[in-house]
Amino acid sequence: MSRIDLSVKIGSLQLRNPIMLASGTVGYGNEISEFSDLNKLGAIVTKSLSLKPRKGNPPQRIVETPAGMLNAIGLANVGVEEFLKEKIPFLKKYDVPLICNIAASTVEEYVECTKILTTEETIKAFEINVSCPNVSDGGLQFGNDKNAVGNVTAKVRAVTNKPLIIKLSPNVSYISEFAQVVKCEGGDAVSAINTLVGTAFNIFTRKPKIFNVNGGLSGPAIKPIALAKVLEISRKVDIPIIGIGGIMNWKDVIEFMICGSSAVQIGTLNFIDPTAPEKMIKELEDYCIANKVEKISNLTASYIL
Amino acid sequence: MFVINSPIVETKQVHENIFIQKIHSPEIAQLIKPGQFLNIRVSETTFPLLRRPFSICDVSGEHIFLMFNILGEGTKILAHKRDGDLVDILGPLGNGFNIEGDYKTSIIVAGGLGAAPFPFLTRKIKNSKKILTFVGGRTKQDVITYGLENFNLSSDDGSIGFKGNVVQSLEQNLSKIDIHSSKVFACGPNVMLRVLKDFCIKYNLDCEASTECAMACGFGICQGCPIESTSNSGKYLLVCKDGPVFNVKDVVI
Repeated sequence: MSRIDLSVKIGSLQLRNPIMLASGTVGYGNEISEFSDLNKLGAIVTKSLSLKPRKGNPPQRIVETPAGMLNAIGLANVGVEEFLKEKIPFLKKYDVPLICNIAASTVEEYVECTKILTTEETIKAFEINVSCPNVSDGGLQFGNDKNAVGNVTAKVRAVTNKPLIIKLSPNVSYISEFAQVVKCEGGDAVSAINTLVGTAFNIFTRKPKIFNVNGGLSGPAIKPIALAKVLEISRKVDIPIIGIGGIMNWKDVIEFMICGSSAVQIGTLNFIDPTAPEKMIKELEDYCIANKVEKISNLTASYIL
Repeated sequence: MFVINSPIVETKQVHENIFIQKIHSPEIAQLIKPGQFLNIRVSETTFPLLRRPFSICDVSGEHIFLMFNILGEGTKILAHKRDGDLVDILGPLGNGFNIEGDYKTSIIVAGGLGAAPFPFLTRKIKNSKKILTFVGGRTKQDVITYGLENFNLSSDDGSIGFKGNVVQSLEQNLSKIDIHSSKVFACGPNVMLRVLKDFCIKYNLDCEASTECAMACGFGICQGCPIESTSNSGKYLLVCKDGPVFNVKDVVI
């Protein structure tokens, strides 16, 4: 029995601790389960699913940049049907809340995916990706448009009773306006932030380092931006926030929570040390004990300005 | 596969800009097969941020050996580590070479640093198979023979061995090879593997090649290292998880 209450709530979704694994950095759970006990984690978020399988972008998809990396995977995924048939049976074996991330090209596709997946009891919540910068159709074109984000939120809300999280793009001037729209249209929470649009060029060939030209920047390089976005939402909108962006250790988790996050997602770090997220849980508990924090959820938005 | 910290025993320079690093890692040594790789974190800081993939070069008892050149900041940091320093290893990763089978001769084809996986493969098969090795590079400096046996050398500029690429060098020696009882094991730049693939298809030679691609995780979650499959309507496979060794017929190189 834990001495500290590490549990957190995202709307009606109860997590045993605030450590979630971010979409696109955990596949469908099977690979990372070799390094980490999934049952110890707060939740895992699947790779973005689309209605039909997506092949993804040609190589090169990834390049390292200072304290970060650019990726343009192009939402490569198995599609909803194969996910239910081939991936869910493995995930069913675990007692960790499973959140399905959905990416689509049209509002209808978001709705259709959600309709199909919501009947699967293993799936505890949805995270709607309206902010992928790496595909030509959909993705960011939704994330940059408040009306579109509102429309997707409302339409998906209408077909599921499960907690609905909208993953917001940082590539906007005022992210809190998007969080407000999500709240108004019945979303339960927001994830902030998705990757930032970036690029890198080879100075000898004068060509982009990744095939897609632009990619999504992640890793510790984006942490200060992510914290500022989380803080902005926290100060302006009363909605649970899942903080994401360059978390490398337990201190970063605490910082995100203080700035307004109810929970956090670990992303790029999973590529570097897939054993790290599980280890952080004990370190969070130690921090709480040392700092007389009885419930970790008390840290959320505990900033002193 | 697992994450483990293992101490460096020795780092020595064996060739122009080529280093061999001996690491005491019984856990990895016991499991790893020729052609598999390790993803190594060279720094605890965020510079560099990602791990770097390395072929397993050789295994002896409880020790593993890496071969690398200093190409960027990651390999520079690794080369300058001191004996006793710990290396953060994630592995063993990927599928290695399939060395089983009733072929009699293994033909090793290595271009440049593509020689890295072959000392271990040579050690594993030399008692049961005849070995014929072709090693090539742009110039003398790029031709690495560490741990190899019965080799034919070639260089693009003729500064060492046959003047031409390693596939041309192989073609020159075709009369010495019984195609039906041979298997080719290859590693090198994609441009070399592409030419070798065409060559092997032309002469009906069975060929496995170790491919490379920029990657982050090394075990399938980042989806960063696609390689196109020839069999399944152009579907992408992952170099890290489905490879890095493929039969050349199965992938578009």
